[in-house]
Amino acid sequence: MKVSGSQIVIESLKKEGVRHIFGYPGGVVLNIFDYLYDDKDIQLILTRHEQGATHMADGYARSTGKVGVALVTSGPGATNTVTGLATAAMDSIPIVVLTGQVPTMLIGNDAFQEADIVGITRPCTKYNYLVKDVNDLAYTIKEAFHIASSGRPGPVLIDLPKDITAAQCAFNWPDKVSIRSYNPTLEGNKWMIEKAAQFISKSKKPVILCGGGVILSNASEQLRELAEFAQIPVSSTLMGIGGFPSSHPLSLGMPGMHGTYYANMAIQESDLLIAVGMRFDDRVTGKLDAFAPHASIIHIDIDPTTIRKNVEVDIPIVGDSKRILSSLNHALKEGEKPQWDEIRRQWLKQLDQWKELRPMTYHYVADVIKPQYVVEKLYEVTGGDAIITTEVGQNQMWAAQFFKYDRPRTFLSSGGLGTMGYGFPAAIGAQVAYPDKVVIDIAGDGSIQMNIQELATTIAYDLPVKVAILNNGYLGMVRQWQELFYKERYSYSYLANVPDFVKVAEAYGAVGLRATRPSEVEDVIREALRVRRPVFMDFAIDWKEKVYPMVPAGAPIDQMMFEEEPKKEEKKLKAVK
Amino acid sequence: MRHTISVLVENKFGVLSRVSGLFSGRGYNIESISVGETLDPKISIMTIVTKGDDQIIEQITKQLNKLIDVIKVQDLFEIDHVEREMVLIKIAPKQELKGEVLRLAEIFRGRIVDSSPKTYTIEITGDEKKIEAFIELMKPMGVKEFVRSGKIAISREMARSK
Ligand SMILES: Cc1ncc(C[n+]2csc(CCOP(=O)(O)OP(=O)(O)O)c2C)c(N)n1
Ligand SMILES: [Mg+2]
Repeated sequence: MKVSGSQIVIESLKKEGVRHIFGYPGGVVLNIFDYLYDDKDIQLILTRHEQGATHMADGYARSTGKVGVALVTSGPGATNTVTGLATAAMDSIPIVVLTGQVPTMLIGNDAFQEADIVGITRPCTKYNYLVKDVNDLAYTIKEAFHIASSGRPGPVLIDLPKDITAAQCAFNWPDKVSIRSYNPTLEGNKWMIEKAAQFISKSKKPVILCGGGVILSNASEQLRELAEFAQIPVSSTLMGIGGFPSSHPLSLGMPGMHGTYYANMAIQESDLLIAVGMRFDDRVTGKLDAFAPHASIIHIDIDPTTIRKNVEVDIPIVGDSKRILSSLNHALKEGEKPQWDEIRRQWLKQLDQWKELRPMTYHYVADVIKPQYVVEKLYEVTGGDAIITTEVGQNQMWAAQFFKYDRPRTFLSSGGLGTMGYGFPAAIGAQVAYPDKVVIDIAGDGSIQMNIQELATTIAYDLPVKVAILNNGYLGMVRQWQELFYKERYSYSYLANVPDFVKVAEAYGAVGLRATRPSEVEDVIREALRVRRPVFMDFAIDWKEKVYPMVPAGAPIDQMMFEEEPKKEEKKLKAVK
Repeated sequence: MRHTISVLVENKFGVLSRVSGLFSGRGYNIESISVGETLDPKISIMTIVTKGDDQIIEQITKQLNKLIDVIKVQDLFEIDHVEREMVLIKIAPKQELKGEVLRLAEIFRGRIVDSSPKTYTIEITGDEKKIEAFIELMKPMGVKEFVRSGKIAISREMARSK
């Protein structure tokens, strides 16, 4: 029996277990939308912008581990997905984006709403396709999901000309795919794993660096087992947050530019770094030549290109983090049995001293709201039981530093690309996946305006996403750099006319709440969580506040800048807290 | 160091642009690239000449391998191989130099593939040194233009280590 290309698209998605699509219609995808009109199994979430749709698919993927799906039209619809694709590509997030295309006959003719989206997105997808024959459609979709979700995951785009979705052919769903040129290595090299175990047993000052790969490969348990068994402290990169419990005594918090004093000191003093699913990004390493000068490096990653890309590695292990960590734990338990507590006592004591010397703090004052206070209160009130997404800028760093994440897939943030406008749609995507969980976007007043239109989506689908706007009236992170490195010349970082976010929320039909004093913060949060509706919380924060510690770009990571001591009267106020 | 890298790829739409895009996107340089079909028409082979220190070459081969359509990457630097390139060179020599041009072409085992009252077009094949030497020799004779094919290379069958 022959069916239409559109039917094949949707039925294939169902075979892949897809329940939700984030999408936006237009001329050349109308065949598919028409098929969806009668469909009962898949819900399309109509967004208000295609960028929103891709970030939602991304947030859905990050929070669930499943592939997120977006469906948009050709030309402007397709080009609007580029930022979402690049964001997902940089952070290795599995999404499949279906774009409409002008009919095959017209491709290359500068037809109405034609864009060479396959050409445009080649560098920011893991792979992409232009389907030219309806007979290839089912297989292509199967392959796309396979590529997106296996190996080092990433975004895949499928371009669907209008005539292909109208054409008829038999629907044959392949039960498996095999691509001769694509076979990611999953099992780590046995010998290297043995050697890694020996290094760990000999090491006096080891540190585990937990990256996004730990979350992607669902390896948190194995990582925790390694850390606890061999008494190794863990520092999670921005992408690795949640891969190891933040509240665990062995947790060091984040390394790098805005990392904790103790994480950076530990790395610099360490004799062995065990890097798992991370790629030694410049925001983590600072000045490369001065990075971890005494450490041997074990680098576990599924992508061979990340190994020796930035740092020299002593023991490279290519493969899936979860499998490698299991084998490594096994090897450690089989091998010689050192008295771990004995061996690590010195090192852990040293770390405690660093933690005591410079803990993660800020100066509370009673008359203006400190952003860190808001984040702490969000943690307190939710008990940590929430999915947090972030925008980009100071808000992102405070969200990373002052909330504690004890479970994987609860902190969603654009790490690699640093996309302002990511957090709100990502939160919507996560809320679609988990309608009953608390999902909060910790936002800046600049970033939230980049996809603010998606408020309409939250109303339309009754998605009670909460947005905590840390409103400083500035592109705060830019302002911070200008203050510290550009002689306080605040060139175009002041956001004149920040809208009244309470009214904006209300105009869309959502709830708007505002706190201008610290004493109001908790009430606002409680009220926001109480109402089962989307809420904008507008926190008028201290616009002068900066993110600390800070390592200037290009400096070694132990050259950190810290917040100045507060003036006397402020100190007194701190006691009021 | 200059390396010749042989890349077996799926003969698919856009594959050349994936490979060349990788080089431009990551700031690696391509000195020459040539592409052709293999015994299996579904597979093409690319011969890429590139330059870089060990770390860069390692990244290039890894990044090439990472491309979904790439089946196999071989850095010929490490193995014994034969390299060839072809040049087509159009020369308009003065009357008194015509004999010299023909003589040199013969020494280089070139072939005259086209001639007109004023010009000769000569085809030379060989390794890079030979091609370059010939071009240098022809320059004073009045070269109008030349086209080089880019290098192609194949591993030797017997002694595989250098
Ligand atoms: C799309 C995009 N454009 C520009 C930037 C550069 N940028 C990084 S942080 C930042 C300021 C963000 O301002 P806001 O959202 O108010 O956050 P704050 O730093 O004030 O918390 C800018 C402009 C970016 N990361 N993303
Ligand atoms: Mg701001």
